[in-house]
Amino acid sequence: MTLLSVEDLRVGFGKSGHETEVVHGVSFEVAAGETLAIVGESGSGKSVTAMAVNRLVDFGGGRILGGRAVFDERIDVATATEAEMQRLRGREIGMIFQEPMTSLNPVLKVGAQIDEIFRKQHGLSGRAVRQASIRALDRVRIPDAARRLDQAPHQMSGGMLQRVMIAMALAGEPRLLIADEPTTALDVTIQAQIMALLAELQRETGAGLIFITHDIGLVAGLADRVLVMQGGRAVESGPIDRVLDHPSHDYTRHLLDAVPHFRAGQAVRRDGTRDGRTSALSVRDLSVRFPVGGGFLRRTRGVVHAVDGVSFDLVPGETLGIVGESGSGKSTTARAILDLVRPSAGQIDTEGRSAVQMVFQNPNASLNPRMTVRALLAEPVIAAGQRVDDTVLDRMHTLLARVELPADLDRFPHEFSGGQRQRLCIARALMLNPRVLVLDEAVSALDVSVQARVLELLIDLQREFGLAYLFVSHDMAVVERIAHRVAVLYAGRIVEMGAAQEVLSDPRHPYTQKLIAAIPSIDRRRIDYAIDTEDVASLLRPVGFTAPPQTWRQIGPDHHIATEETS
Amino acid sequence: MSFLGALLRHGSGRIGACVIAVFAVAAILGLTGLTPHDPLAQDRLARLQAPGATYWMGTDLFGRDILSRLMVGIGQSFAVALLSVGLATVVGTVLGLTAAWFEKLWDGAVMRAMDVLLSFPAILLALLIVAIHGPGIDTSIVAIAIVYTPIFTRVVRGPALSLKTRSFVDAARTFGSSRRYILTRHLLTNLVAPLTVQITLALAWALLTEAALSFLGLGTQPPSPSLGLMLSDSRNLMETAPWMLIFPAVVIMLAVLGFNLLGDALRDVFDPRTRRALG
Repeated sequence: MTLLSVEDLRVGFGKSGHETEVVHGVSFEVAAGETLAIVGESGSGKSVTAMAVNRLVDFGGGRILGGRAVFDERIDVATATEAEMQRLRGREIGMIFQEPMTSLNPVLKVGAQIDEIFRKQHGLSGRAVRQASIRALDRVRIPDAARRLDQAPHQMSGGMLQRVMIAMALAGEPRLLIADEPTTALDVTIQAQIMALLAELQRETGAGLIFITHDIGLVAGLADRVLVMQGGRAVESGPIDRVLDHPSHDYTRHLLDAVPHFRAGQAVRRDGTRDGRTSALSVRDLSVRFPVGGGFLRRTRGVVHAVDGVSFDLVPGETLGIVGESGSGKSTTARAILDLVRPSAGQIDTEGRSAVQMVFQNPNASLNPRMTVRALLAEPVIAAGQRVDDTVLDRMHTLLARVELPADLDRFPHEFSGGQRQRLCIARALMLNPRVLVLDEAVSALDVSVQARVLELLIDLQREFGLAYLFVSHDMAVVERIAHRVAVLYAGRIVEMGAAQEVLSDPRHPYTQKLIAAIPSIDRRRIDYAIDTEDVASLLRPVGFTAPPQTWRQIGPDHHIATEETS
Repeated sequence: MSFLGALLRHGSGRIGACVIAVFAVAAILGLTGLTPHDPLAQDRLARLQAPGATYWMGTDLFGRDILSRLMVGIGQSFAVALLSVGLATVVGTVLGLTAAWFEKLWDGAVMRAMDVLLSFPAILLALLIVAIHGPGIDTSIVAIAIVYTPIFTRVVRGPALSLKTRSFVDAARTFGSSRRYILTRHLLTNLVAPLTVQITLALAWALLTEAALSFLGLGTQPPSPSLGLMLSDSRNLMETAPWMLIFPAVVIMLAVLGFNLLGDALRDVFDPRTRRALG
């Protein structure tokens, strides 16, 4: 049975009568129990289309300009009154947003916010409300639901909050659920849990699901049908298998090719060798701790062990990929090597101050907007106490040409695109001829097609200058393409390390296995993500705590795992 | 220059800039002695004359030309305002930058001291300082500077705290750039916009505070002319010679209004969101 039938939907923004149309006639259908994925890049109109279906677009200054969106074969959403829509929203059409952290009121307890829904929509009162709320949290597999209801949103993790949001969206027993990038703000293992939950709940309730995402690989495991959008138009739609295997539109092919997909170790580089080389960077037992609760005339209450006893070597011409989820300590490790945070213990051996340079995640933030290219490139030279003479200017021109940027030294950062700015950052990091580049999520903020080109440039530069890269990233598909060796970080400690091919194709540590199993890919269709409600272990320790030493087990010639659990 | 162009395209910016420009010319003429009459020369025969062909704005109780005295007074008041705001800007910026940079105890000490200064009404604090050091132009400059330093410290510290966590500052640290280089090249250059707006607005307040101090006889000392002093002289003659009151009062009002309009316009021009709308 067709639950929602959208025909030639057009949506515009702006003053009445002078609207700018952003969705130009989109048609699709969703049946009960079916999942439709709407895929597109930012600005494609995918979110606006979904927001038009429950008319939330009205509150963002938009308006439906034409077409029909018939829900349940009885009511046309495009012409319904606001009073009719209010009866529809929540009860018939539920919605889940991208940012669970900002979708809940931070000063109210979670329970109070769920209770309100049951009071308003089901007319419950007294103890029945609380019992319904507990059942709602049980349903989204939140352990210890009764206790969780008395917590404030900031006491819960992002994955937990997104589950609460799903519980709230399901409270009205909606027959259509709209999920707008519900996992984009979450780590990959948490993302897998949410996907699993959505699939299972859909089986239970038989509701229709519209899933909006920019990542076509993500929906391969979930969707029945796909609608690909570009510039406000639907360029392709059809069953998931046909669209993924036989895309008919160029743009769909571009989406499928531009994104690096994880291939479980098959796409690793095979050009590196460690034989007979001495290390360019050596890190021994690095630990970084942050006091909590201290401040002006206040006492320290605990210590966060952000990095705890991390050791590795890096030889010239080699890339070590450091992977892990948020809070694993991967960025802190990078920052400690550059002395941006003070290590509390450990030894870092390099060949002098300027031998290690860093490229940051966000090129917009890492270039001072008020400095010209000349001043930006001159900064490392001035910092090293050298004069900016003709040799330095020559080097600026050589490097700008090498990273394929125009040789104009008087431009400002805002005159460049995001990818060009990151190239500028790379050129700046190379000004002093370093041996090691620390790349902290260096391509994560770039658009996918730009990302691929910057990765290629990095690989070329590495071969040309014999650079060693420490490549910190949460994106396993990217790491697979640039790393020779991989270190997996969990809760501040390395749990598995070795040759990229071996670690990615044959992970042995439970956490690495979980991490790799969670990576979405177009090669993984209709997989049953296992529901796992375990949260990441807390890194907060009492003052004076020392972690037990790690012991290592050898798996292969260059493949080790930690055997001591790090909890 | 596109910045000046944008300022002059802004409605209230144009008015503010014109008013301030007129007063600036008057101030320069007054301070260089190019007034229609000698501002200090007394003429017993021409006491309390209404505005006319010889004395455009009339004369005061001692037969001195009001227009000439106004021009010198504007010059004096502007000079005091500029010097005191300049002093406050320098001291406030240094304190705000270092507080944001070093944090911890220094930040706590500086900001709590600023809180103490801010907790007094501006004019009361200025009175206190003048009372301790004795009246005079030098004292009022210092007093006004101290009164407005906390505002600059706060204006600088907030954005500096957020700027210092931006990755271009991290990048500078990885190059080994010196603290002075980072503070001046990276932090200060990005604070030019809020500081300029704040300086313009502070000039308006400083002008008012100077007038108030002089009115109370604690700023510029007679016979030197000053806006506040001229108002004070006119008090008892309000009904017989209203021009003595009206002209200095209008000048103070227009100058304060001009600086405020200019400050608002600068804020809009520096803000990229409104700048686009201004074209």
